[in-house]
Amino acid sequence: MNAVPLVALVGNPNAGKTALFNALTGARQKVGNYPGVTVERHAGRMALDDGRPIELVDLPGTYSLDPSSPDEQVTRDVVLGKQAGERLPDALVVVADASNLENHLRFVLQLRQLGRPMIVALNMIDMATRDGLTIDADALSAALGVPVVTTVAVRKRGLDDLRAALAGVLLGSRPAAPAEIESDIRHFQREARRIAADAIVEQPGGRAFTRGVDRVVLHPVAGPLILATVMLVMFQAVYAWSEAPIGWIEGLQGWLAESAAAYLPENFLRDLLIEGIINGVGSVVVFLPQILILFFFILLLEATGYMVRAAFLMDRLMSGIGLSGRAFIPLLSSFACAIPGIMAARSIDDPRERLTTILIAPLMTCSARLPVYAVLIGAFIPAISVGPGIGLQGLVLFGLYVAGILGAIAAAFVLRMTATRGKGGGFMMELPRYQLPSIRDVLIGMWQRAWLFLRRAGTIIMGVTVALWLLASYPVAPEGVKQSEYSIAGRVASGLEVVLKPIGFNHEMSLAVIPAMAAREVAVSALQTVYSIDADADEEGQALGAQLAARWSLPTALAFLAWFVFAPQCLSTIAVARRETNGWKWPIVMIVYLFAAAYVFAGITFWTATALGL
Amino acid sequence: MSHSLARASRNVTGTVSSIDWEALSPAEARRLREFGLDEGVEVELVKPVGWLGGPAAVRIGRMTVALRRHITEAIKVAVPAE
Repeated sequence: MNAVPLVALVGNPNAGKTALFNALTGARQKVGNYPGVTVERHAGRMALDDGRPIELVDLPGTYSLDPSSPDEQVTRDVVLGKQAGERLPDALVVVADASNLENHLRFVLQLRQLGRPMIVALNMIDMATRDGLTIDADALSAALGVPVVTTVAVRKRGLDDLRAALAGVLLGSRPAAPAEIESDIRHFQREARRIAADAIVEQPGGRAFTRGVDRVVLHPVAGPLILATVMLVMFQAVYAWSEAPIGWIEGLQGWLAESAAAYLPENFLRDLLIEGIINGVGSVVVFLPQILILFFFILLLEATGYMVRAAFLMDRLMSGIGLSGRAFIPLLSSFACAIPGIMAARSIDDPRERLTTILIAPLMTCSARLPVYAVLIGAFIPAISVGPGIGLQGLVLFGLYVAGILGAIAAAFVLRMTATRGKGGGFMMELPRYQLPSIRDVLIGMWQRAWLFLRRAGTIIMGVTVALWLLASYPVAPEGVKQSEYSIAGRVASGLEVVLKPIGFNHEMSLAVIPAMAAREVAVSALQTVYSIDADADEEGQALGAQLAARWSLPTALAFLAWFVFAPQCLSTIAVARRETNGWKWPIVMIVYLFAAAYVFAGITFWTATALGL
Repeated sequence: MSHSLARASRNVTGTVSSIDWEALSPAEARRLREFGLDEGVEVELVKPVGWLGGPAAVRIGRMTVALRRHITEAIKVAVPAE
């Protein structure tokens, strides 16, 4: 018997479920996954007024119990008690947008048919009031036959009433299993309209603010200009705002390495700690500020309601390559990291469009590529100005982003003509009202992303870096022989070098791309490790960029950049793609086509640059 | 006066007189019903399909949704004569 009752938050998209979940549970949340699917399970603890604990689970938004995407399927299966790894909830809190009562009540009525203990949280009641609506919650409760509580989740209003109502329904009898559900929702819709009309006391015209903003934001000329400006500000901020915090992290890393060097005796463990762990992991953690800034913008755009407008504006362009505006949101998230991007693709209804989006998501320039790009651009591209406010280094970086986008467009086009051919799923999305985001909700989202990244840095990246350090350090090379060639890792790289030499790769690069299969950013720490192991007295302490500039030709460096535009060097992405597509077939297609593209384009870059005498 | 939603005037409220469900895929028909679209419901074209294509923004009751051109063509609306 479970001592802690399970309560599920259910409702239409844009009802404010997650805001209510955050308000009720605060930071006491656990983000996991439902077994077998990549739909995230957000669960948290809250306490009733008498101290009884409750486990609260936030389910993906859906319009009905007839699912059209994997996340909607999870919601249906959980409320019916059919979801593997989840027990049947003891009660449901159905969150409904008070300012869109007619539509949200339909789902309430369908859920009521299950016969489970439930409460309706009439959320965003302040927005309804702003629209001039007056709703009689008691009349609504009487018509529905379940408790109705008014709430404003982002302002934490109505939470005491909700907890009291929850204590009441949890005391009542609990039916053993949900009743059968009716899938034809039309009669629920008609009943919902009738109940809403009775409960709404006043209803003048509404949403004047949202309509006014949409006139500008969705305008055929002003809309794309605003979107381009938002994107530009976002990517500029990723660099401009992160400078100081990156400096702090680098300072901390340097201090740790110096302290370890000063206080620990010179031996194997000290070298492992400094070269393997502190410098290896530090060279990756340093990108945490950029990832957080990118997620800050993505969460903000989602919370304000602008993200759906961006998808609306992009639909015309995306339909040209056989996708829809819906694919824009996962692809934008992939600029931070392909993993949440691929997971966000679950909201795309059409399976072929969803698969195409998953297969091209790794081409978006994720933050893990930044360490590689930043080191090579810093080392090989002169910091000169090519126009007012435009530097050559920034322009090259922009070019690499564009190369990724063009690659994704070409790949989507080819996939939609071949492997994922078929009619598209169209574009049907609700445009939610604009609202002021809750900074607390944005911060909780950023904290969850930071934790996932740091956990990755502390496990996969640290493990791979330490393993590489060991493999590159042993066996110890005799006098006059390069350690990076004599070691175990060096010998493996020599085999790979045969394949990569024609496209301009040298031995160290061949060595770096092997551990970088785990994560792209490892390429930087791998090069750092190899060169620091090989370094002579003069080179010791020299920055990696300076070492690369002294050892590599420009065509070689450009080929390495081109390689990383395409190469699918991220085990986590491949693992998520496997889980999301239920097998190995599509991840293998993804790996093969991306490595082939990486090889061809790195080769073209190298041969062209060499022919031009660069 | 009755015509397709695609040909409706901007910001003029009409009532859905009929929907050509046969012209829609089952997934499109289901999503339209989930948006609350049905005969007799009040709709308004907030933003028409642009010259270069792209979706239209349509108000259904109290919510605004994005619909592509072929869907707005399948929805017939009755508007009061001027």
